Amino acid sequence: MRSWHEFITMGGYARYVWSAYGVVLIVLVASAWSSCNGLRRILFRVRNYPVGGGEQ
Amino acid sequence: MFTWLHKLGSPPLLYRVAGRSTPWFKWTAFLLLALGLVGGLILAPPDYQQGDGFRIIYVHVPSAILSLAVFVLMAVAGAIGLIWRLRMAHAVAVAAAPLGAAFTFITLITGSLWGKPMWGTYWAWGPRLTSELVLLFLYFGYIAVINAFPNQRSGDRAGAIFAIIAAVDIPIIHYSVYWWTSLHQGASLSFTNSSISPAMLWPLLVMIVAFTLYFCWLLSIRLRTEILRRERRASWVRTLTITGAKNAKLA
Repeated sequence: MRSWHEFITMGGYARYVWSAYGVVLIVLVASAWSSCNGLRRILFRVRNYPVGGGEQ
Repeated sequence: MFTWLHKLGSPPLLYRVAGRSTPWFKWTAFLLLALGLVGGLILAPPDYQQGDGFRIIYVHVPSAILSLAVFVLMAVAGAIGLIWRLRMAHAVAVAAAPLGAAFTFITLITGSLWGKPMWGTYWAWGPRLTSELVLLFLYFGYIAVINAFPNQRSGDRAGAIFAIIAAVDIPIIHYSVYWWTSLHQGASLSFTNSSISPAMLWPLLVMIVAFTLYFCWLLSIRLRTEILRRERRASWVRTLTITGAKNAKLA
């Protein structure tokens, strides 16, 4: 990469390259959020409903 | 020989091991992702044929490798669960499935975005693309099967059998580019001879390790969730929640 402009335009492939990296970012962040949220929810359940673990 | 496997079959121990490894996986993955992105997007030279369009390789190939590896992990875990009756092996497979589906989805989308400028089309019903799409449906099928039974054990067993049988798609995906004529290129990476220039290769290897660690990070979180869901009535879980043990923290 020689300049900021070349980095952004990706030699004319910006649309494809940045779309691909954007999709990856969205899916990886969503997976992380979903995983952390799942653990947070189950911890809340077992702490507040220790016998049955809350709803099934 | 398999003593360690049986030890890890203990839910409290596996929960603890997963909890302790979570931050290590997380921060190493982020560090390597940053390094791999700098290497792949800035330092690596443009390809002499594909120009900068080839940079999609740095997210496409790691995702593709993981999409296959996660399904193999699920099949192996399922087999261990069936043979040694280790319930935690089934928990590993269940925790890994949505992540495998996510990596397969990324593979298909990034491959499609790479295909348009190089092949002139987003999609071709070639053997590699079709078998990878089938893999996404197999992940959905596995998730449907394990949730189709009211009884956890029946769901685990059915899911394990499904994963073992469905794993036949993995060698088909891998060898499809050699068995049939396809738009998709053959493997550029191999253990003995890689056709990529070292300047382009090292960021790819870094990204493969980074994606793998990212998967391990999320797997460790999902595995703890799955263990707590299955063991919520067990005394060790109650002890854990009463004492507010450090291991219960999110990493």
